[in-house]
Amino acid sequence: MPDGTIAAPEAHHGHHHPALQHHFQDLDQQHEASTLGMWLFLVTEVMFFGGLILAYTVYRIWYPTAWALGSEELNIYLGGFNTIVLIGSSLTMALAVRSAQTGAQRATVGWLLSTMALGLTFLVVKFFEYREKFQTGHVPGPNFRFEGPESPHVQIFFSLYFALTGVHALHMVIGVGLMTVITSMAYRKRFSPEWYTPVELGGLYWHFVDIVWIFLFPLLYLVDRSHHIL
Amino acid sequence: MPGHISPKSTYVTIFGALMVCTILTVIAAFINLGDLNFPVALTIAVFKATLVVLFFMHVMYGSKLTKLIVGTAFFFLGILLTLTMSDYLSRGWSTSPRGSTAAGAITSLTGPSTAGARPLEETPRNNPPK
Repeated sequence: MPDGTIAAPEAHHGHHHPALQHHFQDLDQQHEASTLGMWLFLVTEVMFFGGLILAYTVYRIWYPTAWALGSEELNIYLGGFNTIVLIGSSLTMALAVRSAQTGAQRATVGWLLSTMALGLTFLVVKFFEYREKFQTGHVPGPNFRFEGPESPHVQIFFSLYFALTGVHALHMVIGVGLMTVITSMAYRKRFSPEWYTPVELGGLYWHFVDIVWIFLFPLLYLVDRSHHIL
Repeated sequence: MPGHISPKSTYVTIFGALMVCTILTVIAAFINLGDLNFPVALTIAVFKATLVVLFFMHVMYGSKLTKLIVGTAFFFLGILLTLTMSDYLSRGWSTSPRGSTAAGAITSLTGPSTAGARPLEETPRNNPPK
């Protein structure tokens, strides 16, 4: 690349930012296109989780008693703890994006590592919750055990519990994987205030997964804690 | 330089608001509101999600095109939920003066109802025109 010899505007190949792709006019346009693409993907994710939550709503209206009984079996302290952990990870993620925007490269790495640590904490808690469900026989299938006439419907509740939290946990695992790549890029000082798109888009994905949990916590753990059905 | 840079205080404030809403949703779940418990929990969750989308995900400072794309997500989610629930929630409603007797006749044709399939078989239908 020629240094200091900025001649004609049409000779734009010589001095543009190394992250600028040739089919974009400038970094602003590229950033806008990347953000839009990520949002389009998140729209499909909204519809994906929306379908599962729709199924949840239909069955909840059909079997309110089973939903109250099933929800009682979930540990509200672990669910609440995980809610705080995940919202906290959204804060550290937002601060990671801000550090990348302001060019604070070491802070970016630090906030990304905090986000990953909180994400892994969530998954560890989720693992112990799942293990408890296997031990008490609350996993749908031939070994499902639940006393009382509502047992088949409580099994539907637990089917949706495992489908919703399972797919959410899968998104968390993918998120931690993405963070690993982005953190290593940040560690190698690949980002600057002019170009930090992977941090921004990784952040969008991370916040979306947080939003899903914001819905799952009250829908699964807090169905009928005031016992107005039971 | 692309992107709006929010001050740190904005993010900490939003985090605080999300924590307060989390406590509120737990408290609301332990109060007997009857059928309102579900809508209240959903309303708080929608409010929290809106805060995350606007401030953590920078849609507040995004372009109009970004806002349009985000809007389509909730528009199509609304269609999915509204049209499906308008079907499932109205299945017990009579659709003709003879609706209740017609439903009884259909039930006898479809055999004894089982507990698991009960909500589906409550569907009332009109008698075919003679």
